[in-house]
Amino acid sequence: MKEQLTIAVSGLNNTDNPGPGIPVIRALRDWKGKDIRIIGISYDHLEPGLYMHDLVDKSYSVPYPSEGSDNLLLRLEYIHQQEKLDFIFPNFDAELFTFMKLAPKLEQMGIKTFLPTVDQFEERQKYRLSEFGEKYGLHVPLSVTVGSVSEVTAAMNQFDFPVVVKGKFYEAFIAYNIEQVYSYFNKLQSKWGLPIIFQQFVYGNEYNVTALGDGKGTTIGAVPMRKLFITDKGKAWAGITLDEPRLLEMTHKLIAANKWRGGMELELIKDKDGKLFIVEINPRFPAWVYLPVAAGQNMPAAAVQMAFGEDVKPFTTYDVGKMFVRYSFDNIVNLSDFQNISTTGEL
Amino acid sequence: MTKLRYERPIITSLNGGVSNKFGTRSLHEPVSHIDGVSVKEIIAQYGSPVFILSERKIRQTYRDAKRAFTSRYPKVQFAWSYKTNYINAICNIFHQEGSWAEVVSIFEYKKAIANGVPGKNIIFNGPDKTEEDLRTAIENDSLIHIDHLDELYQIIELTGSLKKRPKVAIRVNMDTGIYPMWDRFGFNYENGQAWDAINKIILTDKMDLVGLHCHIGTFMLSPNAYAVAANKLSDLALGLKLHHKKNIEYIDLGGGFASKNTLKGSFLPGSDIIPGFDEYAEAICTTLLNAGFTKDDLPMLILESGRALIDEAGFLAGSVIANKRLSDGRRALVMDMGVNLLFTSFWYDHRISPVEASGHHTENAVIYGPLCMNIDVLRENVTLPPLKKGDQVVVHTVGAYNMTQWMQFISMRPNVVLIDPEGKTHVIRRKETVDDLNKMEEMPSHLKSFKI
Amino acid sequence: MLSWVLITSLSEGLKKCNMNVRIKSNVAVSDSGFVFDPSTGDSYSVNPIGVEIIQLLKEKSSTDDVLKSILERYETDEKTIDKDLFEFIQLLLNLQLAEKV
Repeated sequence: MKEQLTIAVSGLNNTDNPGPGIPVIRALRDWKGKDIRIIGISYDHLEPGLYMHDLVDKSYSVPYPSEGSDNLLLRLEYIHQQEKLDFIFPNFDAELFTFMKLAPKLEQMGIKTFLPTVDQFEERQKYRLSEFGEKYGLHVPLSVTVGSVSEVTAAMNQFDFPVVVKGKFYEAFIAYNIEQVYSYFNKLQSKWGLPIIFQQFVYGNEYNVTALGDGKGTTIGAVPMRKLFITDKGKAWAGITLDEPRLLEMTHKLIAANKWRGGMELELIKDKDGKLFIVEINPRFPAWVYLPVAAGQNMPAAAVQMAFGEDVKPFTTYDVGKMFVRYSFDNIVNLSDFQNISTTGEL
Repeated sequence: MTKLRYERPIITSLNGGVSNKFGTRSLHEPVSHIDGVSVKEIIAQYGSPVFILSERKIRQTYRDAKRAFTSRYPKVQFAWSYKTNYINAICNIFHQEGSWAEVVSIFEYKKAIANGVPGKNIIFNGPDKTEEDLRTAIENDSLIHIDHLDELYQIIELTGSLKKRPKVAIRVNMDTGIYPMWDRFGFNYENGQAWDAINKIILTDKMDLVGLHCHIGTFMLSPNAYAVAANKLSDLALGLKLHHKKNIEYIDLGGGFASKNTLKGSFLPGSDIIPGFDEYAEAICTTLLNAGFTKDDLPMLILESGRALIDEAGFLAGSVIANKRLSDGRRALVMDMGVNLLFTSFWYDHRISPVEASGHHTENAVIYGPLCMNIDVLRENVTLPPLKKGDQVVVHTVGAYNMTQWMQFISMRPNVVLIDPEGKTHVIRRKETVDDLNKMEEMPSHLKSFKI
Repeated sequence: MLSWVLITSLSEGLKKCNMNVRIKSNVAVSDSGFVFDPSTGDSYSVNPIGVEIIQLLKEKSSTDDVLKSILERYETDEKTIDKDLFEFIQLLLNLQLAEKV
């Protein structure tokens, strides 16, 4: 692999509900012996990462996935002409499907990715979680997928309150009565479309694991974390790495079973009897992916290495008790930067 | 000195919900020609609005679909779904390609017969068949797909007075894991109704049970649902063999394959998420081949796909009547085509392209039709270059259901033009005139005259 | 004859409505079509012909001058530019980027 790599990264929304872009960039910047040029891929002119010039060398606006993959491809071809990209790191759930579809074309252009297959991506969808759990012998809370508002009442008969109401791609609300269920249903439907997923709320402690699969069943990296402080949006504001072999076992079992390729985040809940449930499988690295890097497992760099066909040995250790505490920071930017990105689409 | 191309001045806010125009070129890229024929000239010759159908695209799509199935399964037969588009010229393109006819009313049945389709190659579906309709179908050896027990008893009764043995299939509904489940048509699989109907047909011995039919839904995005359906129909067919020593001639999996339209509420565009023919074919054919039939007993696979075969070959070209700004600041375009012609705009976000090239500046607009009705909206929100009165646009992927569900409401239906593979244009349904419509009306003599 | 009268009366429209306007002096417009209003913090994107109109209005041109200038440089007719210009100026007024003089 070359010493110098040009890597495009999306998810620059380093807001109070951050995307994984900036943490992934920090991980790549920590990659020893590599000279990395970072190209930001942006969907919104106010994504903070656009203005973080010490981390992002150059940025381009791209069309939303909802505008179609051919439009995105046209734009990526243009960016590739300018920048000669080696690798693309998509970080939004909503764009992953489009990038997975484009992966063979990107490969032909000389741009590598390290993404799950469409089948892997689809079978861990929130609305198929029950099926997924059954197939791989993993505990999941009861989930029911609802395709229209008329099915809500019938579906709710299977649950005890509270119930988690989840959007197709993002967002979840905890509903304590049927009125709240309807209200969240409508809210999520108008934002993300159908279906909506109902999931039995499980009382217990939540744990998260960042992991990387090699696509052949081997877990290359896995670091569990417990959120210590949660924002009003339910996002981790502080967290700590854990020594809990059962979380790792569960991760290894899942990756061995479905041969996951790429980064992922598992959300698990341990109920009062100590039983572990998988509540969600996110098909990409989470926003806290820099904590595992600091704890000794640079999974984003390992993903790029594997995409280039290098033999990567699984990480076996990490620092337990490593913490992160997120902070916000008012970056002072020039109006001309905003003007450039919004009128030329480049910054 | 040549003058610059004029474009209406526009100003758009950059605050909040940033509009993202970069790289969306193909969305606003003009569509000046269809199959090499100028849209402007078609409109000049045939008026605005006008439906345009590409024969080349129809044949190419049909051949793609056919290849996907015949390369995986030995016996495949398509039957053209008349309700999707029953303009005779369109039906005949499919018949020339080898399609049978699939009809759901005696009106469609008569169209198929008039087009020259042999009775034995007509599949008669649907819940509404009168005694007279059934008699016609039986005499023509058509394939009657029985929807309910009342129909079954009626056919049994008819066999008393007819010399022919009717050829029938039963329509089966089932749970394929798809919401909503279509259980209003046919006999249910899970609760045993379907098997019960099969037994009645065999034991009364008045007709030949030649097939099993299902149609699991519409705009199906999951090929796996077809695998489930194929599996359940195979199970019935194998049960028939086991218990009654009878072979089924065909399994008809109906239609429902999605076209490249984007359903309202879908985050990703249809073109990115719909399965291709190969994916549907793989799911269906693999299931049938592995179901347990011996090589000689493999039933013929019939497909009644309509939408997926014709939608993308259809375009609607029209013109801007006016553009205005609504009270909340939104741009609105009034077009000369509305929901009266484009029924499908109730559930799709149809792609709309300008006919002429423009700059890269765009604005969001709501697209209204010409009707004096609040519901006449073609798109609630679409990004287009600034268009002015008289500018023309093309609406894409309108070949399915619009030319059958259109309404003669407020205005009359326009010309439908076919572009043949050589690029020649033909009117295949001329536009309606006031005389056409008045011809059907009668005036009672006491209402003939008045003074105002 | 009738159409000539109509056009004359239309182009007179802006003047009659007392539609001479001026872009506020602190509003900045760049050639790339970026408009920034420092009094509200709002920014806008404008297409090239819009930039041209705003620049003309900033130079204290009357709406009549703007109309003539656009007519000279662009492939269009008086009726069209009159209607579009009127609407554009209305929008500038609504957005408080311009004021009547």
